[in-house]
Amino acid sequence: MTGLPGQLREGGLNMALVAALALVLLLALTLGSVSLPLDRALLALFGGGSAGDRIVIWQIRLPRVLAAGLVGAALGLSGAGLQGLLRNPLAEPGVLGVSASAALFASATLYFGLAVAGPLTLPLAATFGALAATGIVAAAALRTRSVVTLILIGVGLSSFSAALMALLMNLAPNPFSLADMVNWMLGTVANRSAQDLLFAAPFLIAGGALLFGARRGLSALTLGEEAAEGLGLNLRRQRVLIILGAGLATGASVALAGSIGFVGIVAPHLVRPLVRHDPAKVLLPAALLGALILMAADIGVRVLPTDSELKLGVVASLLGAPVFIWIAARRRLIA
Amino acid sequence: MSALHVEGLGYSAGGRALVTDASFALQPGSFTMLIGPNGSGKTTLIRLALGLLKPDTGTARLAGEDVQRLSMRQRALRAAYLPQSRPLAWPQPVIDLVALGRFAYGGGPGRLAGDDAIAVEKAVAACRLQPLLHRSADTLSGGELARVHLARAMATEAPLIVADEPAAALDVRYQHEVMQLFANATGAGRAVLAVVHDLTLAARYADRLIWMSEGHIVADGTPADTMTAERLRSVFVVEADVAVGASGDVSVEIAGPAA
Repeated sequence: MTGLPGQLREGGLNMALVAALALVLLLALTLGSVSLPLDRALLALFGGGSAGDRIVIWQIRLPRVLAAGLVGAALGLSGAGLQGLLRNPLAEPGVLGVSASAALFASATLYFGLAVAGPLTLPLAATFGALAATGIVAAAALRTRSVVTLILIGVGLSSFSAALMALLMNLAPNPFSLADMVNWMLGTVANRSAQDLLFAAPFLIAGGALLFGARRGLSALTLGEEAAEGLGLNLRRQRVLIILGAGLATGASVALAGSIGFVGIVAPHLVRPLVRHDPAKVLLPAALLGALILMAADIGVRVLPTDSELKLGVVASLLGAPVFIWIAARRRLIA
Repeated sequence: MSALHVEGLGYSAGGRALVTDASFALQPGSFTMLIGPNGSGKTTLIRLALGLLKPDTGTARLAGEDVQRLSMRQRALRAAYLPQSRPLAWPQPVIDLVALGRFAYGGGPGRLAGDDAIAVEKAVAACRLQPLLHRSADTLSGGELARVHLARAMATEAPLIVADEPAAALDVRYQHEVMQLFANATGAGRAVLAVVHDLTLAARYADRLIWMSEGHIVADGTPADTMTAERLRSVFVVEADVAVGASGDVSVEIAGPAA
């Protein structure tokens, strides 16, 4: 009936976002402390050009912009998935305390010197922290129907994680590990290597696959949990898939970049009206837009002439927190 | 084969028996209403019948199959369910909500294959939703929303529709409109089971009334046979005048709470 034009429009939205991503990627490769013209950047990207150019592109700029993109995509996707499951536009890894908990576990591995045990230690710890927090929030969501209670539990979880972080920082043995932990708390993709990307990727891909695999059930949940079961949804399985998926993806993003807030709220919120508010169709464009936002914001922190480089997570919160307040103030269909 | 056949269903929670030894069968084309005071176990009985709760005793069969052995999807193909609370999470257009009725077939918003599109179109027509198709759900009145929910239940094309208080909180015109739509759905060979609180509506539209009190089914039959002043006093604790007309139509007038 109305399927075709709708599908064309969603396809168009996703295509436009992919095109914008390609554009921002190229921009990120050319801009920086040393500005590379586009032809030299492309030459180096495809293995030509001078050795110096290749190092700048392959070892510095490409891993960094890809890290920003992957983190943004993971957060946009996790946000969209959690929002669909909890039926609430304010659900997001940052707000629910998932990012903070992941960052705490990541910092703990740094503090206790466990990170040297192997390159997978940090991503594993971050993912574990994210899964633990997602599990707590989801358990709370099952017990209470109140959105406010849920957000408050998230706030409490965030604060508790922050308090433990503060404790670790307070007890930090030397300024070096203190600086390391501050970096995790503020969130940044500076100095990421291809290896960092490689070790976070499995968690991210697994999480993304789980979330995408469970997207149809999110559509059914728009009618409420009981009606969704009546439609034929296996509610328990749906919850497990989304929680596991969001935990894995968020854990991977924290392992890569520390805690970066609000992308998971802003990206789904902006694309939702363009996909007719269908929680299943929000996932893909939310991931793409999340990637776009963080890639663009990271270019911003690199080119802004500040004394010390701004952290990506700081900029994301500065831009995202007001949007959070705005959404909270004018949400419709409050249940 | 009956659309729903429950036998000896029992369920207790927190040491209290919510439903005890409930048995009945629903035939295609009948409009059955479940009536009884608040807390008499109507919603629990419905949830047991649909397999959303696991009974302590007894069995529920949907189109001949034990509901506890069916997957959620298989249940959805045999019975459409309209729960009491119907909160909408997102302001989606009406057509996408009706499309959700095709979930068990693999359809959904924006993805309606041939059969799905036809079923949705029929449900939309039956519930007269054409003018509202692209309206956002949060701009609809209560009566319009009730029609949207009914349409998505009808779009499943399940042989049984189970509705928990479908007419609650609607004004009198919409109450009758919704009941009329359910009655039309039974005309098409479906069985409908609805929890209804308004006894006037029950007397006017039901083919059959199942009376519940304190977890027991205390009466089961046509309105003309079961709607009596004595029963209203014992089940609902009200004083009422009941008159049965020559053609079997029943009218109820509640005078007030019984002493």
